[in-house]
Amino acid sequence: MATASDERAFVEFERVQKSYDGETLVVKDLNLSMPKGEFLTMLGPSGSGKTTCLMMLAGFETATHGDIRLDGNPINNIPPHKRGIGMVFQNYALFPHMTVAENLSFPLEVRKMGKSDREAKVKRALDMVQMGAFGGRRPAQLSGGQQQRIALARALVFEPELVLMDEPLGALDKQLRETLQFEITRLAHDLGITVVYVTHDQTEALTMSDRVAVFEAGRIQQLAPPDELYEAPINSFVAQFIGENNTLEGVITAIQGDTCTVKLDSGDIIDAKPVNVSSVGERTKVSIRPERVEFNRERLHADAHTLKAEVLEFIYMGDIFRTRLRVAGTDDFIVKTRNAPDQRRLTPGEQIEIGWLPEDCRALDA
Amino acid sequence: MTDATGPIVAADGRPLKASLSRALRREKLRAFLLILPLLAFVVISFIAPIFDMLFRSVQDDITSRTLPQTVVALNDWDYTGDARPSEQTYEALYFDMFMAAEAKKHTALGSRLNYETTGISSLFRQTGRGLDDVGEDVIEAMEDASAALDDSAFWAGLFLTDDRSAGDKAASARAWASTVSDQALSLPADVYLANAAEAALPNAARQYAAFAMFTHTVDEDVPAEEDPWEAVWIALAQDLTAGELAYDGPEAAELRAVQAAVAGPMADFTFTDAFLAQDDDWGEASVWGTIQTFSSPYTAGYFLTAIDLELTPDGAQAVEDDVAIYITLFWRTLWMSMTITFSCILLGYPIAWLMANLPDRSANLIMILVLLPFWTSLLVRTSAWKVLLQQQGVINDTLVWIGLVGDGSRLALINNATGTIIAMTHILLPFMILPLYSVMKGIPPSYLRAAKSLGATNWTAFWRVYFPQSVPGIGAGSILVFILSIGYYITPEIVGGTKGVFISNRIAYHISSSLNWGLAAALGTILLVVVLALYWAYDRIVGIDNVKLGG
Repeated sequence: MATASDERAFVEFERVQKSYDGETLVVKDLNLSMPKGEFLTMLGPSGSGKTTCLMMLAGFETATHGDIRLDGNPINNIPPHKRGIGMVFQNYALFPHMTVAENLSFPLEVRKMGKSDREAKVKRALDMVQMGAFGGRRPAQLSGGQQQRIALARALVFEPELVLMDEPLGALDKQLRETLQFEITRLAHDLGITVVYVTHDQTEALTMSDRVAVFEAGRIQQLAPPDELYEAPINSFVAQFIGENNTLEGVITAIQGDTCTVKLDSGDIIDAKPVNVSSVGERTKVSIRPERVEFNRERLHADAHTLKAEVLEFIYMGDIFRTRLRVAGTDDFIVKTRNAPDQRRLTPGEQIEIGWLPEDCRALDA
Repeated sequence: MTDATGPIVAADGRPLKASLSRALRREKLRAFLLILPLLAFVVISFIAPIFDMLFRSVQDDITSRTLPQTVVALNDWDYTGDARPSEQTYEALYFDMFMAAEAKKHTALGSRLNYETTGISSLFRQTGRGLDDVGEDVIEAMEDASAALDDSAFWAGLFLTDDRSAGDKAASARAWASTVSDQALSLPADVYLANAAEAALPNAARQYAAFAMFTHTVDEDVPAEEDPWEAVWIALAQDLTAGELAYDGPEAAELRAVQAAVAGPMADFTFTDAFLAQDDDWGEASVWGTIQTFSSPYTAGYFLTAIDLELTPDGAQAVEDDVAIYITLFWRTLWMSMTITFSCILLGYPIAWLMANLPDRSANLIMILVLLPFWTSLLVRTSAWKVLLQQQGVINDTLVWIGLVGDGSRLALINNATGTIIAMTHILLPFMILPLYSVMKGIPPSYLRAAKSLGATNWTAFWRVYFPQSVPGIGAGSILVFILSIGYYITPEIVGGTKGVFISNRIAYHISSSLNWGLAAALGTILLVVVLALYWAYDRIVGIDNVKLGG
């Protein structure tokens, strides 16, 4: 994993803006710096500008303003075919009129490589994705997963240092997706290539990446390793977008260093950790993960604030229990508990008391 | 159900296949009923005419229908010898021609044979007019011998009877006369050909029967009240001079008187001399050779003509260079159609590419511009080209004004192949653009991007990745344009002059002006075969699976 900021940046976006129509900015002031060998995922809802960023990096869109640098050199004016960037597309984009081997051979041919070299490289690339026996087939004769492996091999066969992937697993079923997620990460780390991966699937982003850039409205909202992103979202968009999340709204009544007190709109008082709130009286959305909610009083601090809750629904999900509660005026407050032998199963209608550690409850912008 | 040895059966014990087909029968029937109107329409208005056309191109029974006896008599005649046809042949010709002239069929045959040997048309027409004069002396002698012969009742009494037991003695006469006149002839009800007369005077009975049937069926008169044709008189004279008259039926006495009188004139009379007196051409071997050559009901003559050969009595021969036209026209049609197809690809491909890659709004605008010509009458578009292309037309004026060509050397853009190619390329362009566009629309832009990301230049990406995928569109467009242009008619007719017309213009000429439908059908058949052959070749080379009208 390479996240140290002192390493020389391999891919760099500096104050990049992009507009298609001259009226609205699709990408607003993008700054991003990636070291060599990093697996970075651009995550965001559709229309958030992540694909546009990828296309600018690949050279299919030009930046309206700002610089994009690759290995220190500005590439704004270099046409796509000279950038030497591998790319994997959502629909695979395998050339249907060529066989698998011809597809893989194509980037080597346009680089004027000799026939024997080409064949050796194609074979190695096919073996790398465990598709050695499929060289003579046409793409249409392959399944979706097989096609994506070939597309991956084709993007890697000419040994690019940077590979871009635009939602490559979006069209596959869940199980295949998980297998390929693992394979892509393994290949990327084994080959030491730098990967920019675009997806709108947060699980994919969390499991595969060294760092994740969460996009929204043309800006990076947070750029952080997956654990930090999940556990310490810096604003309410990220908190909402990554993982499941309970939100309660209220007003800050006191701040003491690392903790603050929030008076919810229902009148209840809770403890929280101030993240991007600064003053007393400010409105806030407090965010708490469902698995960090505690209803076993003994596990909480003695002086912790608690809330009264009514169990509305209990859902058995195998590895976990998912319980819906009515808390402080909202009735979609979720609690997740592990299915352990000593775990208590709540029943609908039960009145309980819930609480949490103040550091698990983050007071974010309203 | 899973028994591996026997056939799989359904729950009720029937074989599963039978059950399935029974279950599907209703749906199949419904599907068939849905296509039935179109099927019937296509069969009646398309398939049937095509087969009729194919048949017409080899059918040539006008000679054998109009001169049935002559054709048979001519069988033994040898064209290569010097001898004229036999007297029997002229005799057969006389009776065939007389019947045909009465039915006004001889001129049609003359026109038909005139395609092959010039002059036959007028020969037939003149001879048709002169037939009444054949054997004048004989007929006069018969009239002098008995005044009764001028009375139509004499002939009716001699040949007709209402005695049912006489039976149908007129069958052979009816078959012959009906064939020549191309109508179903018959005697009036309850009138029969008399037995005794038929036995003693076979020729005259036959001719009278033909006359009586024709009078009854076509003229709608009563035969007994009409004077018989000269042919009947001549036939009677033949019968009376053939030998002893073994006849004692009605009018026997009159007949014997006539028999005595007619012997002299008949000794001087031959059909051969009579025809030669009409026109010397009846002694020409070329005329008889032509009749003999086209005496079969089926002919390869039209097809030979269609490839600049002619069927002569000596066999198939090349026509003289100055009348050879069809091979030239076929070649011109083919190469001009290919030129037009190629121009359409050159002009249409970029437009289709632009339409497929522009945003929908702009693409729709271009689409409307492409389709605009479709909404204008073909005639108007072609006439507009006439205005644009002529010597004093807009294009020439503009070129002169710019100074690209001198006023004295204006370009000849119309009434030649150039004009046809320009106008037809314009008219057929949408047929190229539309399939190209729909195929290109189905090629995702990510292919080009993928190729570029893999290191291909714009040109390589286009040529190696995009173009091969658009080939099915080119194929579909080319087939459409080529097949349409190979049979195009209106535009070459208007802007083509003489150097720019197609084979279809010649077909149209033979259909509507020269009325040589057989030749038109043969030309059309060759065109059809050429198209099918090209289609087959295309399938072998490119593969018809590679033709797509949509992505």
